[in-house]
Amino acid sequence: MKRIALLVLEAALTLWLLATLCFFLLHAAPGGPFDSEKAAPPEVQAALDAQYRLDQPLLQQYARWLGDVVRGDLGPSFQYPDYRVNELIASSLPVSLINGSCALLLALLLGMPLGVWAALRAGRWSDRLLMFGAGLGLAMPKFVVAPLLILVFAVTLRWLPAGGWDGGWRSALLPIVALTLPNLAYCARLTRASLLEVLDADYLRAARGRGLSEARLLFAHALKPGLLPVIAWLSPALINVVSGSAVVEQVFGIPGIGRYFVQGALNRDYTLVLGVVLVIGLAIVVINFMVDALRGWLDPRLRDSA
Amino acid sequence: MGARPYNRKATVAPAETFVTAGARLPAITPPRVYPLPAIGLLLALLLAISATATAQTLLRGNGPEPSTLDAHRCPEVSCGNILRDLYEGLVTEDAKGQLIPGMAERWELSGDGREWIFHLRNGLRWSNGEALTATQIVASFRRAFAPATAAPFAVHFTAIENAEAVQQGKLPPERLGITSPDPRTVVFRITRSVALPQLLLLPIAYPVYLPALEKFGAQHTRPGNLVSNGAYRLEDWRPQAQVSLLRNAWFRDVAPIEHVRYLVTEDAASELQRFEAGDLHITETVPPQPLALLRPRFGTQLRISPYLGAMWIGLNLDKPPLRGNAALREALSLAIDRDKLTRYITGLGESPAYGLIPPGVADYRPVSLPWAGATQAAREALARQRYREAGYGEAQPLQIELRYNTSTPLRRMNLAVAAMWREVLGAQVTLRNEEWKVFVGNRKQRVITQAFRGGWIADVNDARNFLANFETGSITNWSGLHDPGFDALIAAADAAPDLQQRGQKLQQAEARVLTQQAIIPVYFYTSKHLVRPEVQGFEANALDHHASRFLRLVEMRR
Repeated sequence: MKRIALLVLEAALTLWLLATLCFFLLHAAPGGPFDSEKAAPPEVQAALDAQYRLDQPLLQQYARWLGDVVRGDLGPSFQYPDYRVNELIASSLPVSLINGSCALLLALLLGMPLGVWAALRAGRWSDRLLMFGAGLGLAMPKFVVAPLLILVFAVTLRWLPAGGWDGGWRSALLPIVALTLPNLAYCARLTRASLLEVLDADYLRAARGRGLSEARLLFAHALKPGLLPVIAWLSPALINVVSGSAVVEQVFGIPGIGRYFVQGALNRDYTLVLGVVLVIGLAIVVINFMVDALRGWLDPRLRDSA
Repeated sequence: MGARPYNRKATVAPAETFVTAGARLPAITPPRVYPLPAIGLLLALLLAISATATAQTLLRGNGPEPSTLDAHRCPEVSCGNILRDLYEGLVTEDAKGQLIPGMAERWELSGDGREWIFHLRNGLRWSNGEALTATQIVASFRRAFAPATAAPFAVHFTAIENAEAVQQGKLPPERLGITSPDPRTVVFRITRSVALPQLLLLPIAYPVYLPALEKFGAQHTRPGNLVSNGAYRLEDWRPQAQVSLLRNAWFRDVAPIEHVRYLVTEDAASELQRFEAGDLHITETVPPQPLALLRPRFGTQLRISPYLGAMWIGLNLDKPPLRGNAALREALSLAIDRDKLTRYITGLGESPAYGLIPPGVADYRPVSLPWAGATQAAREALARQRYREAGYGEAQPLQIELRYNTSTPLRRMNLAVAAMWREVLGAQVTLRNEEWKVFVGNRKQRVITQAFRGGWIADVNDARNFLANFETGSITNWSGLHDPGFDALIAAADAAPDLQQRGQKLQQAEARVLTQQAIIPVYFYTSKHLVRPEVQGFEANALDHHASRFLRLVEMRR
């Protein structure tokens, strides 16, 4: 119980530090949310500043913003005044979550077996071909893969839409594939490398010496430790899921949370950027906690040190 | 409400013809290769089904997410496009951009030139069926000019009595010089000559339904809350994805197309792909690439036409080396080969500019620099002469910074300009690119800028809109021109009794900006769209306004 309380306290402290740092960094950046080419007259500017509390001293702005956040209100968006930041995040986060988690799941379900298969056939041509493909998948940036997918499957074959988002599976398919490919490649390589190391370990030689079948060796003894690096990788991969991919979202025109990061920063939409940072920060804390727990379950050595 | 829509046809339930989200447009160019004939057959079948179903939905690329659907607060093109379908002002424009009656069936300027009088049509309705009255129109204007609304386009209406004071909060909104003497008349009291009907095309002049604003606050623009008076009403709004409109059954003219969907297409290259894939009828723009490549690919689907926008290089007149050195500024202007620049660098039909105001502005004949008709060789010879007069030469080359906001097309253009300055004059040019907000801040402050990316896209079809950027004290006077003669000409234009004399004064004002070399004109913009052949009624116009009510979708049979 005490441990959980400590964890919560630590998480809250982390988030507060994150929010505070971001708040002051954002306000220190040159230019403000209402600076544009066709500048507003001073009186209009003053009216806007007053509406958004920008006329108050920075510390006071910070205190009031933090107070609102604690009550669960992330404030109005500067760039999209018709919406609260809460609404924008509520509508965009699920999109990123659906796309990202489908992509990650696909990557795991395909990448781990492929990695195992490659490890068992290490050095043969099929292994080399697979690893070459994975290397290619890793090396190709998303802003190349995504338009390529559109060109093939939407423009030439006309099987799927070239972009946009209507909530249906057809508009989600290509973005998911674009998100899956690098993850899949990484997952396969990681599994292969780690399993090769484990298969070479002394305890497995001993087990093999005692006459265990190769299948039993693999599934009962090698796989669990062999997948540990994959589990460790899950944490950054999951965080990528939550934070969305600005590139893929932009190319496909998907209303995910990743775009708000980029657009919000460019527009100096203070509340939107801070809201997104807080939500993703919270997700990172939770994901790290969960992945640590999972690793502890898989690896007894970690449990003792905790 | 006992009132009924005027046209029975328009009351057909929309759900029957609504197109499902996944439906596709018919292909124009058949895909060349099908992996299997069977799949091809299946696809052809699917396309045939969707072809009949999509005839009612117009899919329009609309650039970035609209910032707001509050007509009074809309500052940019993407919200303006949608609001043009949702609303109708007192005056509106046809497909070719000509002024036509809107809520007002006719209007006139009073004999003494102090009042614009608008006579409303009979039987105006909101999209919820309620009657729309002159009193509501006046109330909407009061809200538009209230300080708290912070309407971005209010600055254009300073000719209306008390408009400035009301927006500054010095007078209550009730003192705004817009009144309704009777339920079918709206009167604007003006303090100087102004082309008011043109101004009334701006979204700030649309009637916002105040009961919804009072009830829902900032959320009055949501589907279900937003009440408008145009050919369409708001059906759905998914941020960063799309805004869907449905034909407004209460509008007097039935729009031929029942559904219009405005899709967020932030990335021009992706938008092009979506068009090629058949997901869009009309694109917002075309990504920069040579016409020679685009023409054979898209043929008549590519629509390029002159646009009321000018690209120029601004020159900071407050700071060295450009301060007080008109000969140097002229040398820099002469050294630029605009033909080469528009042909090889920008390449999408832009026309070389030798003046501030583009051709096609209403009631105006633009002015050109004296050497506009000379050959480039003659210009360059003159450039070198002016350069020497300015006190520079091989031994003492000019060192100058050229500043622009980070973007690939601008980088290409400024690289070319820098190369021309180097080649013709031997100037040493440093290119500086800055993030947008940093750039606009520096440009406004005029402290560290020397030469910089300038330019203007007209909000209104009026020459004064361009010239206002050079008035003493204007926030957008990035060059820092301070010329009492120019200011006097603008004042004289404002006081002019008719549009012809007004135009003459504005011409003289433009000539003053040019002869003082306050800017280097570079090119005039074009509007660029891809429009599918089944879209009919899409006409080129100077402000690039294309209301959906004038468009039709015809079925393409092959």
